[in-house]
Amino acid sequence: MAPVSLSSIVKEFDLEVVVEFDNLDDILINVADVTRPGLQLAGYFDHFGPDRIQVLGNMETAFLERLESRDKELRIDALFSKGIPCLILTRHHVAFPELISCARKYSIPVLRTGETTATFVSGLVKYLNVELAPRSSLHGVLVEVYGEGILILGESGVGKSETALEIVKRGHRLIADDVVEVRRVSDTTLLGRAPEIIRHLIEIRGIGILDVKELYGVSSVKMQENINFVINLELWDEKKTYERLGLNEESTDILGIEVPSITIPVRPGRNLAIIVEVAAINFRQKSMGYNAAKALTDRLFWT
Amino acid sequence: MVTKNVTFNCEEALHMKAVAVLIQKASTFRSSIWLAKGERRANAKSLLGVMSLGIENKTELTVTAEGNDEAEALDSIVGYLEKPEF
Repeated sequence: MAPVSLSSIVKEFDLEVVVEFDNLDDILINVADVTRPGLQLAGYFDHFGPDRIQVLGNMETAFLERLESRDKELRIDALFSKGIPCLILTRHHVAFPELISCARKYSIPVLRTGETTATFVSGLVKYLNVELAPRSSLHGVLVEVYGEGILILGESGVGKSETALEIVKRGHRLIADDVVEVRRVSDTTLLGRAPEIIRHLIEIRGIGILDVKELYGVSSVKMQENINFVINLELWDEKKTYERLGLNEESTDILGIEVPSITIPVRPGRNLAIIVEVAAINFRQKSMGYNAAKALTDRLFWT
Repeated sequence: MVTKNVTFNCEEALHMKAVAVLIQKASTFRSSIWLAKGERRANAKSLLGVMSLGIENKTELTVTAEGNDEAEALDSIVGYLEKPEF
């Protein structure tokens, strides 16, 4: 997990710097939680997480405004003395002189946004969750077929890139070829994208490197996509039995999340793109509640 | 599985041609071969994968090989990275 620097947060949310700090790159955020320090300003510090970004909105500001200057300073001092990474004011609230002096005393930056607190906090938490998510890079191809993010895995030379090319040709989108950077953005969601340096490139043996975006246009590529389904391609093994009905539920573990998957045996002459496409439609249909194999068993045993 | 650390030694950055030769070398072995730079890992048989690592002169790399011919594969790849010839 790579921490997020305060300067990238300032840039992402276009924050105004009220109290400057030498180098915002040096302040690193490691947690995706954000605190509105209402209870802390009231004097309660049990269970306080000092590594979190603190956000002051309407309520906290109104509470502080009621207090006398000395009291206000003591309460703000208590909060800053815990070593918080920064304090953010929402709704263009003006920083009180006591806040500025405490920020200088502990050299903690104070930032400001015009957004409302709830909108800003949810945006910030979402951004931090993505940036701080556990990540890994996988050898495979990520495509979007009928709105489903399909990750194709398999040994080198099994035909992943060729399949991706034909899928693009059939009107779907390429996200990454060869290397897929995966982030676990929540307990149920995996997000995949390509490393920037090779984004939207594809390598086809015998031809070389192709730029899919230049060749097929912007409608053939996508920046990132959730990974909904995994297709494992493997060379046809005579001794192995492959799924015939589609009643068994297989899954593949990626960063601790079990993603529904299937294994497709590869043999020369098999049109893999159409198989991937139909697997995507079938997966959609299953998630919408219809299973053809189950319907067949019902028909066999209930009529 | 066998692993070895190596420093890439080449006056210029490992450009396209050098990567292409590396991929060809790796592809002659049956073992799976992986190159790692820091936390990032790429399949040594994949051109785009190795390029995405952004290898420069004096980059520290970890080579891992796994399979029947892992020992020869590791020697060949490590040898090439120390002294690329093409």
